[in-house]
Amino acid sequence: MKGHYLGAWEDLWVRGGKILDPEKLFFDEKKPADVQLDCQGCIVAPGFIDVQINGGFGVDFSQATDDVASGISLVAQKILSHGVTSFCPTLVTSPPSVYTKVLPQICVRNGGPHGAGILGVHLEGPFISREKKGAHPEPYLRTFETGAFQDVLDTYGGLDGVKIVTLAPEMERSGEVIRELTKRGICVSVGHSVANLSQAEEAVRHGATFITHLFNAMLPFHHRDPGIVGLLTSDQIPPGRRVFYGMISDGIHTNPAALRIAHRADPKGLVLVTDAIMAMGLPPGRHTLGQQVVEVDGLNTYIAGECPEETWVVEVFAVGRTWANLGPPGVLDFNSHH
Amino acid sequence: MKLIILENYDQASEWAAKYIRNRIIQFNPGPDKYFTLGLPTGSTPLGCYRKLTEYCNNGDLSFKYVKTFNMDEYVGLPRDHPESYHSFMWNNLFKHIDIDPENTHILDGNAPDLQAECDAFEEKIKEAGGIELFVGGIGPDGHIAFNEPGSSLVSRTRVKTLAMDTILANARFFEGDLSKVPTMALTVGVGTVMDAREVMILITGAHKAFALHKAIEEGINHMWTVSAFQQHPCTVFVCDEDATLELKVKTVKYFHGLMFVHNKLVDPLYSMKETGTKKSQGKEPYGD
Repeated sequence: MKGHYLGAWEDLWVRGGKILDPEKLFFDEKKPADVQLDCQGCIVAPGFIDVQINGGFGVDFSQATDDVASGISLVAQKILSHGVTSFCPTLVTSPPSVYTKVLPQICVRNGGPHGAGILGVHLEGPFISREKKGAHPEPYLRTFETGAFQDVLDTYGGLDGVKIVTLAPEMERSGEVIRELTKRGICVSVGHSVANLSQAEEAVRHGATFITHLFNAMLPFHHRDPGIVGLLTSDQIPPGRRVFYGMISDGIHTNPAALRIAHRADPKGLVLVTDAIMAMGLPPGRHTLGQQVVEVDGLNTYIAGECPEETWVVEVFAVGRTWANLGPPGVLDFNSHH
Repeated sequence: MKLIILENYDQASEWAAKYIRNRIIQFNPGPDKYFTLGLPTGSTPLGCYRKLTEYCNNGDLSFKYVKTFNMDEYVGLPRDHPESYHSFMWNNLFKHIDIDPENTHILDGNAPDLQAECDAFEEKIKEAGGIELFVGGIGPDGHIAFNEPGSSLVSRTRVKTLAMDTILANARFFEGDLSKVPTMALTVGVGTVMDAREVMILITGAHKAFALHKAIEEGINHMWTVSAFQQHPCTVFVCDEDATLELKVKTVKYFHGLMFVHNKLVDPLYSMKETGTKKSQGKEPYGD
C-alpha cells in the first residue's frame, strides 16, 4: 500500500522503527539492507482506526465498573491482531452515573506493541432521537431543552478525553451545543436522527464534521429530501470543509450496493467502523450493551425480548467482506487515512 | 555489425535481456572481476529491464558483481523528481535487483561543477576497467544518449544542450509544460560509448524506423550520431519489425536469414543456478 494504491510487490524498508525511503538510502548512503524478511506476499498497510467500537472480548465500555482501564487495555491489545492500531472507545446512551464513573477512567494514549492507541472517547448519545434510538435505551435519552451546553456537561460530568459526540441535530439548541463542542476540539457527528437535509447542513455550518453509521438510524434517502444522506453531495458545505461518514460495512447493516452508492458519491469521505459490541470474539449467547441485555445468535444480535428489528453483526471485523465489495486499496484507505 | 530483427517489442526486449544475461554469466564475474554494464533510460529499455528483474528474482542472474554506468541525467532536475534518471533507474531496475548501490553510477546533474562531475565519471569508468557492454537506445533523430545531432563523434562525457525536438518530445513527462522541461543534460560522449568492448542498441517502433535506416544503411554522419557505431568492432542492433520499415528489403532479408545464427547468442540461455560446466565456455562463438 503506497500512496493510495496497492502497488506491485515491493519491499518495505524500515530503520529504527521508522519507514524509510529506500531510494534515498540507495543513492545517498549507498547501503543495502542489513536484514531481509520474506513477508510471503502479505499486504503491509497502515493500521486501521476504529472510531466506533462499544467493546469486545467480553468487555462493554458502557458498564460502570471500578476497573474500566483494564477492560480498555484488553480490547486494545486484542484488536491489534485485527489490524486496528488506534480506536475510540464508544459509550452508548447511558445514565449520567455511568458517564461520571467511566469517563475519568479512560485516558488518551499512544499505541504500541502492548495495544492499540486510544484516541479519545466517542459518546454516542444520549442526545439522540427517540424515533431513531436503535439499540439505545429510551429512558436515558435526553434533549437540550433547558441549558443546552450546560446539559451536556451535566450529563457527561466533563469532557476530558472525549473526542467524538454523536447527536441528533434536529434537537432544539443543538447548534449552540455543536459550536461549543467544536470549540473544544471535539468532533461532532450527526446520527441517530430524523434530521432533514437542511437541518443536517445547518449542523455542518455549526461545525459538525462526521456522520455516524450512514444509513443506519437515520431517515432513509428520499429524493425530495435526502436527509442526512444528502450531506454526501450537498453544495451547502462551507468551502474547505469536508464531512466524513462512518459505515458499518458488514453486508448486514448496509447492503453492499448501498455501500457502493455512498462510496461512489463521496469516495474520500468514507470511514469504515465496526460498531462492535462486547460479544465480539465470544460465542453466541447473552451479553450486555450498556444498560440492555442482548442476545447473539449467529451473525445477528437482538435486544433480549424485543423483535429483531435492529440487528448487529458480531463478526464485526468484516474487512474480508468489504474487500469483496470495494476492492482492497479502497478498504485499506478508508480504514487508515480518512 | 549484427542486426537482430524480432517480431515485436516484447520479443525484442526479451532477446536483449537474454543477451545481457548470457554475457554477464559467460563473463563469470566475481569479487575481483566485475562485469561493467552501461545502461540507458527511456521507454525502449523498459521491457528489457522487466525481463532482467524476472531473471534476477528467479535466481538465474545476479547483479552482485556487476557495476553499472548510466548514460545521462538532466541538469538541475532534483534527484527525487519522478522524471529524473535516478528515479527511473531506481523504479525500473535497481530496486528490483540485487545490485550493490556502491556499484551503480549515475551522473549528478546537480553537481556544483558539472564538467568536473563529467570528468570524474570518465575516470570511474576507467577505474572499473572500461565498459564491457554498453546498452543504448536512440531518439527518432538518431541521438545516442544525449548526443544530439551535430555532436562530435569522438566526444566524451560533458554538459549538452538538448535539441528542440528532444525538449518537445519530453514535454509530455512534464505536464506538457515546455518551461518545466530541463534544457541541459550531462551525457556520456559518443567516444565514451565507442570505447566499450561491446555495444547493444535497442530500436523499436515505426517512429524510430528512419533513424535505424540512417544508423546502418547510410554513411557515418554526426547528424545521426548512432551511425558512429558502424565503426565499432562489436555492435548489435536489436529491433522489432516496425523499426525496419525504412530499411531496404535486401537488408531486412539478409539479417532475417542470419537469425538462426544470431539466435545462438541467446540459446542456450545460461543460468547462475547451473554451476561450472556451461559457465566456463569462452566468448561468443560467432563474430561478425
